[in-house]
Amino acid sequence: MAKKNKKAELQPAHPLDDLIRTDRIPHIWCQGCGIGTVFSACLIGMKHSGLELNKFAMVSGIGCSGRAAGYVNVDSFHTTHGRAIPFATGLKLANTDLNVIVFSGDGDLFAIGGNHFIHAARRNMDLTVICVNNLTYGMTGGQVAATTPHMARSTTTPSGNPENPFNLPLLAFASGATYVARWTMLHARDLAESIQVALLKKGFSFIEVLSPCPINYGRRNKEKALDTLNMYQEKTIIKNGADPSELDIDFDKGVILGKFIDVDKPTHIENYDKIYRTRE
Amino acid sequence: MEFWRVPFDADEIDVTQGEVHILEDRCKGCGYCIEYCPRQVLEFSSKFNQKGYHPPAVRKPDNCVNCHYCEIICPEFAIYSVETT
Ligand code: SF4
Ligand code: SF4
Ligand code: SF4
Repeated sequence: MAKKNKKAELQPAHPLDDLIRTDRIPHIWCQGCGIGTVFSACLIGMKHSGLELNKFAMVSGIGCSGRAAGYVNVDSFHTTHGRAIPFATGLKLANTDLNVIVFSGDGDLFAIGGNHFIHAARRNMDLTVICVNNLTYGMTGGQVAATTPHMARSTTTPSGNPENPFNLPLLAFASGATYVARWTMLHARDLAESIQVALLKKGFSFIEVLSPCPINYGRRNKEKALDTLNMYQEKTIIKNGADPSELDIDFDKGVILGKFIDVDKPTHIENYDKIYRTRE
Repeated sequence: MEFWRVPFDADEIDVTQGEVHILEDRCKGCGYCIEYCPRQVLEFSSKFNQKGYHPPAVRKPDNCVNCHYCEIICPEFAIYSVETT
């Protein structure tokens, strides 16, 4: 033990060490995986929000991104597949002082958990949902997902995906989300600021973050991790307030990033309290 | 410092000087910090860390402007910068 402590003393501390479970680092994410960057931007957003850190709770579903709940040094919950949002809803309803963050992947939030997403947005549950979109099911070996671009290769679509993917910001907007943004992990600074704003905003906030899965998506689509990042730099355009219907992900045409929706509506809890918990 | 177009007030502005710290054994050698450092401060080192990856090494320490970009892009919490006093 004494030896270990000595090592800890010698090792300089990273500025986010207080928010991560350092004993579990290095994490399991592969070399070049973008989830770590999104996770780190989320922690920066939490710190900069000025909110009390012990009033945060992070909820994740299943998948590579779902592991985040196990690395954050606040109360966290690693739930069953697709069910991060219902668990988070329960947490928030039971303890309205908590700032509940849902940190999960595209497969978990939009395929298995797709219905939960649209209904939480419709109700305007006071949650901040961060979706790491790596266009595939990374953890299970790179199967086609609801977000895989048309004609992209995956283990289950070896000659190209015949389907069309979801436009996630459009889905969030149409379902009633009050804050909708999209960034890539390369835009980590904008992302951290956006997360900070979303955390301070009441109502349902949704941030989509494009992030490379070099192992199970990149490899099958001839994209090295750095190629994906260069594409994030060269083939994206920031257009705040863009029409959500223009936000399809097509890197040939260019991908639009920015904050698209920022409106105020009464939250589910406010409406519920008004109707069912009226106090004289 | 090199400029593409020298700002009019270049001689009045103090450029911050940073010092970059690397936690070598956390690094997985993705190279993002090296590629995207705006001041080309870093390069791959030839040594291996505990897990067998090549961590970055500081090539041009004087170039660091403490922008923290390496810190924010690193997926591994393995690098950060502080202002030198
Ligand atoms: S499989 Fe893909 S998403 Fe999962 S950790 Fe590896 S690179 Fe990241
Ligand atoms: S702080 Fe900025 S300039 Fe210094 S090493 Fe990191 S990225 Fe480069
Ligand atoms: S970004 Fe982090 S993990 Fe990648 S090479 Fe730099 S220090 Fe290592």
